[in-house]
Amino acid sequence: MTAAGPAADLLVRARSGDRRALGRLLTLVERGDAGTHGLDDLVHPHAPGDAPVIGVTGAPGTGKSTLVGHLVKEIADAGGQPAVLAVDPSSPLSGGAILGDRIRMDGVAEGRAFIRSMATRGHAGGLALAVPGALRLFEACGFGPLVVETVGVGQVEVDVTRTADTTVVMVAPGMGDAVQANKSGLLEVADVLVVNKADRPGADDVRRDLEHMLDLGHITGATQHWRPEIIMTTATTGAGALDVHQAIQAHRAHLASTGGLEARRHSRIRQEVQDRIAQHLDTAAEGLLSTQPAELQEALEGSQTPAAAAAKISKRLLSNQPQMSPSNQPAAQGQER
Amino acid sequence: MAESQPGAGREAPIRVVLAKLGLDGHDRGLKVVARMLRDAGMEVIYLGLRQTTESVIAAVEQEDADVIGLSMHNAGHLALAPRILQALADSGLDVPVVIGGIVPEADVSTLKELGISAVLHPGASAVEVADAIRRSVA
Repeated sequence: MTAAGPAADLLVRARSGDRRALGRLLTLVERGDAGTHGLDDLVHPHAPGDAPVIGVTGAPGTGKSTLVGHLVKEIADAGGQPAVLAVDPSSPLSGGAILGDRIRMDGVAEGRAFIRSMATRGHAGGLALAVPGALRLFEACGFGPLVVETVGVGQVEVDVTRTADTTVVMVAPGMGDAVQANKSGLLEVADVLVVNKADRPGADDVRRDLEHMLDLGHITGATQHWRPEIIMTTATTGAGALDVHQAIQAHRAHLASTGGLEARRHSRIRQEVQDRIAQHLDTAAEGLLSTQPAELQEALEGSQTPAAAAAKISKRLLSNQPQMSPSNQPAAQGQER
Repeated sequence: MAESQPGAGREAPIRVVLAKLGLDGHDRGLKVVARMLRDAGMEVIYLGLRQTTESVIAAVEQEDADVIGLSMHNAGHLALAPRILQALADSGLDVPVVIGGIVPEADVSTLKELGISAVLHPGASAVEVADAIRRSVA
């Protein structure tokens, strides 16, 4: 691993259409090496954050990848240069992963999209940082709209999808009733709802349950600004994919007309800054703990609670940072929906 | 087995593209291999059935794969191996290729002379499969 030279060269090649070079750069981003190679700074001027970001999430097996394949085709037909980031979970035991999204997309997308599979590599790992970095890289290389697909389990996966301009949540029949639909979680973050496997029995019931859930949102004001459209699709045939694309565009137009795009972009940046701070603190905490501080020793011996030890260590950790912001007001993090 | 820490000092997993070329429809073995490699800590980009040399090359480029694993069960190995190796060379890719499946012993040396890194036969253990992949990228 060397300094900025190779990354700069790769970026020039990637921006002129060399997919191999872009693949290499994505690996740097994924490994968290983008900073050390100066890649972040090189990409920044070319990635103003204007490329539309579409998040697609939902339970495993609802048909996300297959639909994304068709969605990518619609995007390309409409003149876009789609790129896809397909996130699949790593094994918590071996650290390995089977990345099986591409197999669903390739047949339909027919080489019209740049598709990159990404493993989560441990929940505390770099996914939350790798995704925004990869999206910037895609934009810098002229791609857009950008699609991020994640399994709708796990906070990090949901978060990276949630910070998209438009979040598409997919459901399928046979996965729970109206009560499930009303539970907190995924459905709340939807800007577009997709009922896939619409050719299967029960699809209409799912749609009805979702309508009811949205109606309740109307009562409480949750859908005051935007009521997600419900699209019926059959991803295996591509039926409904065009409607999904149009619903995404309609949502984007709504955001554009209400200033929501800027709000989303800001919330994405804010989220990344926060995630990076957390990473710095994490590293600092590890470093401090590896010195076997007295507080840790006391907690191990039981003469002090873990919470008390943590509080003291944290205080020490943070007081080492000379410049804390004097006015630490909680900025309005308006997640305009 | 230790969970890698965020930030410094992580060793990135080996990324493997697994595919079958052409109309060979026997993918049971490839699925088993995918699982073996996952459990050996590798990231498997599973392309599965009916791939072309072009689709494999595209995946290797976009996924920045370290190695390609091809499963062959219909006696196409002597025709397909040169094609994938040529396609790799044409694309300027220096990525090792490991073949697994039904390959007569007599063809193994031919394949290796062509530039195939390793040939795995039926009955290869999970350890042997993972070792062959690791050695090919070493």
